[in-house]
Amino acid sequence: MAEPVPVLECRNLSVSYFTRAGAIPAVVDFNLKLMPGEAHGIVGESGCGKSTVALAIMNYMGKNGAITGGEILFEGRDMRTMTQEELRRLRGSQIAMVYQEPMASLNPSMRIAEQLAEVPLYHEGVTRSEALARAERMLAQVRLPDPQRIMNSYPHQISGGQQQRVVIAMALLSKPKLLLLDEPTTALDVTVEAGIVELIKEISATFGTSLIYISHNLGLILETCNRLTVMYSGEAVEAGDIRTVFNTMRHPYTRGLFNSIPLPGADKNARPLVAIRGQLPLPHARPEGCYFGPRCDHFLAGTCDRRPLPMVPVEPGSSHNVRCARFRDIDWERAKPKPIERAPVTAGGIVLNVEDLTKHYTVESGALLIKAKKTVKANEKITFRAREAETVAIVGESGCGKSTFAKVLMGLENATGGKIGLGELDLANLPVQRRDESTISRLQMIFQNPFDTLNPSHTVGAQIARVIKKFGVERDPRKIEERLYQLLDIVKLPREFAKRRPRQLSGGQKQRVGIARAFAGDPKIVIADEPVSALDVSVQAAVTGLLMDIQRENRTTLLFISHDLSVVRYLADRVVVMYLGQIMEKGTTEQIFSPPYHPYTEALLSAVPIADTNVKKRKIVLQGELPSPSNPPKGCPFSTRCPYVMKGICDTAPPPQREFAPRHVIACHLDEATLLAMKPVITIEPATIEPQTA
Amino acid sequence: MLKLIGSRLLQMLLIMAVVSLVIFAIFDSDKFKKQIAVAELGGFAVSALSDQDYQAWLDRKGLNVPFYDRYFKWVAGVARGDLGRSYEKSEPVSQLLAKRLINTGMLAFWVFALMVPLSLTLGIIAGMKEGSVRDRAVSFIAVLTTSLPEIATAIVLTVILALGLRWVPANSAMVNGWDWRQLILPVLTLVLYDFGYVARMTRASMAEVMTSQYIRTAVLKGLPYRRVILRHALRNALIAPFTIIVLQLNWILSGVVVVEVFFQYAGFGQLLLDAALFGDVYVIQAATLVAVFIAVLSQIISDIGYTLLNPRIRFS
Amino acid sequence: MTTTIEALSAPPSVPPVAAPPSVSLLKRLQQPRVSLALILLMWLPLTIYVMFGSYLGDPLKSIVLMPAVPATLLLYLVAVTSWRESTVAIVGVTLVFFWLIVAVTVPFLPLADPDKPIAPFAAPGIVKHGHFFLLGADFKGRDMLSRVLWGCQRVLVWGVTATLAAYVVGSFLGLVAGYLAGWWDQAISFIANVLLSFPVMVLFILILNYLGSSGFNIVIAVTFASAPAIMRLVRGLTLDTKSRDYIFAAQTRGEHPLRIMIYELLPNARGPIIVDACLRLGYTTVAITTLTFLGLGLQPPDPDWGLMIKESAKVAMLWRFAYMLLIPALSVSSLILGFNLMADGLREMSLRD
Repeated sequence: MAEPVPVLECRNLSVSYFTRAGAIPAVVDFNLKLMPGEAHGIVGESGCGKSTVALAIMNYMGKNGAITGGEILFEGRDMRTMTQEELRRLRGSQIAMVYQEPMASLNPSMRIAEQLAEVPLYHEGVTRSEALARAERMLAQVRLPDPQRIMNSYPHQISGGQQQRVVIAMALLSKPKLLLLDEPTTALDVTVEAGIVELIKEISATFGTSLIYISHNLGLILETCNRLTVMYSGEAVEAGDIRTVFNTMRHPYTRGLFNSIPLPGADKNARPLVAIRGQLPLPHARPEGCYFGPRCDHFLAGTCDRRPLPMVPVEPGSSHNVRCARFRDIDWERAKPKPIERAPVTAGGIVLNVEDLTKHYTVESGALLIKAKKTVKANEKITFRAREAETVAIVGESGCGKSTFAKVLMGLENATGGKIGLGELDLANLPVQRRDESTISRLQMIFQNPFDTLNPSHTVGAQIARVIKKFGVERDPRKIEERLYQLLDIVKLPREFAKRRPRQLSGGQKQRVGIARAFAGDPKIVIADEPVSALDVSVQAAVTGLLMDIQRENRTTLLFISHDLSVVRYLADRVVVMYLGQIMEKGTTEQIFSPPYHPYTEALLSAVPIADTNVKKRKIVLQGELPSPSNPPKGCPFSTRCPYVMKGICDTAPPPQREFAPRHVIACHLDEATLLAMKPVITIEPATIEPQTA
Repeated sequence: MLKLIGSRLLQMLLIMAVVSLVIFAIFDSDKFKKQIAVAELGGFAVSALSDQDYQAWLDRKGLNVPFYDRYFKWVAGVARGDLGRSYEKSEPVSQLLAKRLINTGMLAFWVFALMVPLSLTLGIIAGMKEGSVRDRAVSFIAVLTTSLPEIATAIVLTVILALGLRWVPANSAMVNGWDWRQLILPVLTLVLYDFGYVARMTRASMAEVMTSQYIRTAVLKGLPYRRVILRHALRNALIAPFTIIVLQLNWILSGVVVVEVFFQYAGFGQLLLDAALFGDVYVIQAATLVAVFIAVLSQIISDIGYTLLNPRIRFS
Repeated sequence: MTTTIEALSAPPSVPPVAAPPSVSLLKRLQQPRVSLALILLMWLPLTIYVMFGSYLGDPLKSIVLMPAVPATLLLYLVAVTSWRESTVAIVGVTLVFFWLIVAVTVPFLPLADPDKPIAPFAAPGIVKHGHFFLLGADFKGRDMLSRVLWGCQRVLVWGVTATLAAYVVGSFLGLVAGYLAGWWDQAISFIANVLLSFPVMVLFILILNYLGSSGFNIVIAVTFASAPAIMRLVRGLTLDTKSRDYIFAAQTRGEHPLRIMIYELLPNARGPIIVDACLRLGYTTVAITTLTFLGLGLQPPDPDWGLMIKESAKVAMLWRFAYMLLIPALSVSSLILGFNLMADGLREMSLRD
C-alpha cells in the first residue's frame, strides 16, 4: 500500500530577512513532515524562527523577507512555484492561521459577521445568506455564547478570549486541511487559555484537521501535539514523537530547557533549577558550527565548531532526529548538571501586616451635567502577613487587583480602608511624599516588563546611582560609584555595563539591572511583579535564581506577584490566591497545592500546562470569561464561573472565611465536607519517574 | 453624540465670549481711537482739534466709555442681529462680511473640490506599497509642494502662468465684474500648498494600515487584493485623513489672507487684514468670530466624522 | 514573545566593549556635549549679531561672528556623518546649512552693500555702473545677490528663536498637563483650545497689531500660535510615557514631580519633539516671511526675504522683472524644504531603529 501523502512537507526550508546589514538567515535547513490528522508542535524561545516558519508556510514574508531555499509541499504540490492566484485559493480555505494577538488580527471597523462571511463567500461562492448562516453555526461550534450578538459586534466589543474564538472560527469556516496556530493563547489569562486549548484539541478530533502549533511553552505543546520540533537560533535541533523527546531528549539545548522550567518536584532549596548560561546569539553573529556551542556543557573544540551539522536519526530508521555532533558520546544518565543545594531559610518575625485593606475607585462617566458614578472595588478586605526572609506569592489573573495592591503599598494611592503595618507605621494612608527616606527605601519594587523598567534615556549606572544617592546610602561620589559596582557584581553583570544604555542590554540583563536598582537601598521588603514572565524560559531560571540568592543573603521579604503557579510552587513559602480584588485562599505552598482547595485554586491548578509526561492532571475547564472589576458579580466574585456554584447562595452573599489548618484560609460557601473531599489536581505517577524531571 | 456636540457648542460660545472681550480690550487703546478719528475727519483736522473737542468727538462716537460698556452694548446688538458699522468703510458690518464671505467661500469650495480627491487618491496609491516607485514619486512631489509657502507658490504660478505664458490674469481684483479666470491662480496656489500635507498624511495612514495585522489576516484569508484594499484597508486608512481634511478649513482661512492680499482678491482674508491694520474694531470682532466659529465648527464636524468612521469610539 | 522580524532588527545587545584606542576627531565631535558646545558657538554670535548688532561698535560687530564660522562648518560635518544613513536627511541638512553658513559668513564676503542703490532694474548677469549683477538689481537698484544672502540672517535668527521660545513654553505646559492631569490639565487644555480656535494668521494679525511689529513681538506671536500645538504633542507623549514602570519606580522613590517631568519624561519625548521642531521651524519661517509680506513683520530697510517680495510685488509684475520675486521666493522655499526634508529623514531613521 502506498504511503499516504503528507498534508505538509518542508524540505530544507531556508528563510532570510534582508536588512541594511545584509541578508540575515532567520530559518536554516528546516524539515517537517505533517501527516493528515497529526498535530505538530514547534517550540523555541523568541527569535528562534518559529513564527517565521509559519509565515513561510503561508508564503507571506512581508517586505524584506524571502524564502531562499528548499521546498514547501502542500499535499505534494510545491507552494513556491504556485501563482499568486493559486496561493490565494489555498490560503484561508486549505491552510488557515490563528494569530498571537486576536485583537490586532481582526479588522477594527468591520462587524464580525462580515469578517466571517467573507471566507465562504470568496472561497466557495455561496450566497450571502448562506455564508452568514454558516458563520453563525461556526461561532456556536467554537462554543461562543449568544452567536447572534457576537455576529453583530465589532471586535473591540468582545473579550480577548472571545476574539480568539472568533479567529479560530474564521480559520475553520472552510474546513481547512491544515491549521497553523502561532502562540494562540500567549495574550490570554491562564483559565481562558485552558478553554482555548481544550477547543483546539476538540477541533483536531472532530474536523480531522492537521495542526501546527507554535509556542514557547513546552507544557502547552505536550497537551496539544503528537510530534514536536525544538528550534534554536533559526534551526531545528531536535524533532520527534512528543513522548520520546520529552522522556529521552538527545540535544543539550532541549535538556537545558527542561532543566530551567519549574516542574513539580523542583524545589528552590533541595533541587533548584539550572539555567542555561550565556544568551541567545544574535542572528548576524551566530557562532561557527553548532549555534548552541558557546552555551553547551558538552562543547568540544574541533567537533562542535564545524559544519555541516545535519539532523540525524538518533537510531537508524527512527523518526527521532537530532542536530548534535556529540549526542552519542554524552552519557545522558550521568551527565546531569548538578544543582547546588541550599539550606532552607527560616522565616523571622512579621515585617508586613496587611489587615482588611480595601481600595475602591470611583469612575465617573457621562458628560457635563449628568454624571454617573461607578465604584470599582479593586481590593476588598485583603488580610495577610509576611515575615522576614519569607517569599509570599500573590497569585491571580488580570483584574485580580494585584497592581492596585502594589500601588497602595508603595504609597501612590491611598487606601479606602484597612491597615498596612510596616513595623510601627501604618502605610495605608501615607502617600509616598509624606514617607521618610528610610521608609521608602525599606520598600522597593521589581517590575514585569524589561522594556519598561529602565529609563531608555539614561545609563544603567546613572539610574542605580540615583537610588543610592536618593536613599542616602552613600553621599560621596566615589563611594556611590563603589557601591554601584558592588551592586553590578551582585547581579552578575560586568562593571562596564554602568556606562551602557538600556537598549544595549538584553531582556534578562535589564531585569538584572532592575533587581540591582531595587536592592540599592537595602530594602526590607521587595515586591516583584511577575519579574520573569516576559523573559525567555532559559533566562527565567537564571534571573529567578539570582533574585532568590540576593533575598537569602539579605533576609529580604519577597512579595512575588505571579499568575504562573509552577513558578509559585517552586519558590514561594506562602501563597495568597486572589480573584477580582478578593482573597479566595491563602496558606503555605503545600496547603495551597493540595486539597482542600478553593474551587478557583483548583481550576487554576488544572489550567497551568505542565511539561512532564508523568504528571496527570484532573481536567477542570472554567466556562466564560473573567468579569470586569468595575462590574463584579454579587456575592462570591467567582460565582459566575464556579463549577460548584449553588444558586441562591453563592450569588447573593459574600463567602465565609474558614480556617482549615493554622493560617490556611478558604473563602467559600461550600460545606467543609465537600471541600475536604476534593481530590488532588496534580498527581505524579511514581512508577515512571524518569531522570529528566530533575 | 448629541451631548458631545452640545458641550462643544457650549465651549464655542464660551470661547467666543472670551475672545470678543479680549479684542475690545485690545482695540481700546488711544492709538486706534485716533486712527478712527483720522479716517473720519482727516489727519489735518484731527491734529488741529483741541483736546476738548477731541473728547467731545469721542463722546459723540460713543468711544469715551470703558471698553466693557462698549462690549456689552455690542453684545446686545449682536443678539439683535446688528453687528455694528465699519469705521473705515462706513458700511454695516453684516453687509460687508456677507459679500466677502461669499467670495472666500467660492475660493474655498474650489480648493476643496480639487484638493480632496487629488490628495486622497495620490496618498492611497502611494501608501498601498511603501517604498515603491509610485510612493517615492508622490512623496517627492508632496514634500516639494508643502515646502513652497503660499506666497512662493503664488509667485511661481504667477510668473509662469500669467507673466510667462499669459494664460490667466495675474490679478484677481475683478474690477470689471466677476471673472472666473481670475479665480484660477488663487485656487491653484491654495490647492498646491495644501495638497501635499493631506497627501502625506493619507499616505502615512494607508502605509500604517497596510502593515497592520488585520490586513495580514485578510490576505491570509485568501481574499482578492482588490477586496483587501477596498474593504479592509481603505476605511481604516481614511479615518485619520478625514479629520485632517476637515481641519484644513482652518488652514485655508489662514492661507486665504496671503493669497487674497497677493492677488488682490476681495475676500474675507483681505477684509480682516485691512480691519486689523486700521483698528476697525467691529469688523475685526465680526471677522474673528466668524473665523472662530468656522474653526470650532470644523472641529465638531471632524469629531463627529471620526466617531462615525471609527466603531471603536462609536460604541464605547 | 517578539516576532522574529523585531528580534532581527533589534540593536545588537552586546556591541564590542573595547573602544578603539584612538577616538577619531569626528567621533569626539559627535558626542552630545561637544555638539551642544558647537551649536552654542555658532548660535550665540549669530544671535548677538542680528538682534543686538546695532548696539555693537563697528570693529566689534565684525569680530563677533568669527568663532561661528568654523563652528558652523564643523557642525555641518558632524550632522552629515551622523545622519549618513538617510539621503533625505542629508539633502535637508545641506540646504539648511547652506543658509546657516551664508548667515555667519556673509559679512566677510565681497558683496555690495545690500542697501545701496546702484543701478535700478539691472537684469541678472549684466555689468552696470562698474558692478557685476549676478542676480540683477531690484527696482531701487540694490544688488539682489547681496540682498538675498543678507536676508537669510533675520529669518533664521528670529525663526529659530521664536520656535525655541514656543517649545520651551509648550513643552513645559504639556508636561504639566500630561503628568499632573486633573485641574492643571483642564485649565491648560482650555486655554490651548481657545488659542487653537483661531486660524493661525488671524492670531498673528491680532497679536502683532496690538504689540506692534518687531522681531521680539514675532517671537511672542509665534509662541502664542505654536505653543498650544506643541503642548498637545508633549501632553500626548507624556501620557504615553507616564504609565511606564520606570516612572512608577521614580514615583515610589519619592522623586519630586518636577524632577520626574524634566529628568525622566522629557528626554524620552525628544525623538518626536525634534522631528516636530524641524517641521515647525519651517512653519515659523513661512510665518515670518508672510507677516513681513503683509506689512506686520520685520521692518525695512534691512534686507529680508518677505520684505523683498512685498516691495517687488507692486512693481515687478512683468515677465522681465520676475526674478525680483522669484529669487527671494525660491530662497525661502529652499530653507523650508531643508527643514521638511530633515524632519522626514529623522522620522525615517527613528522608525528604523
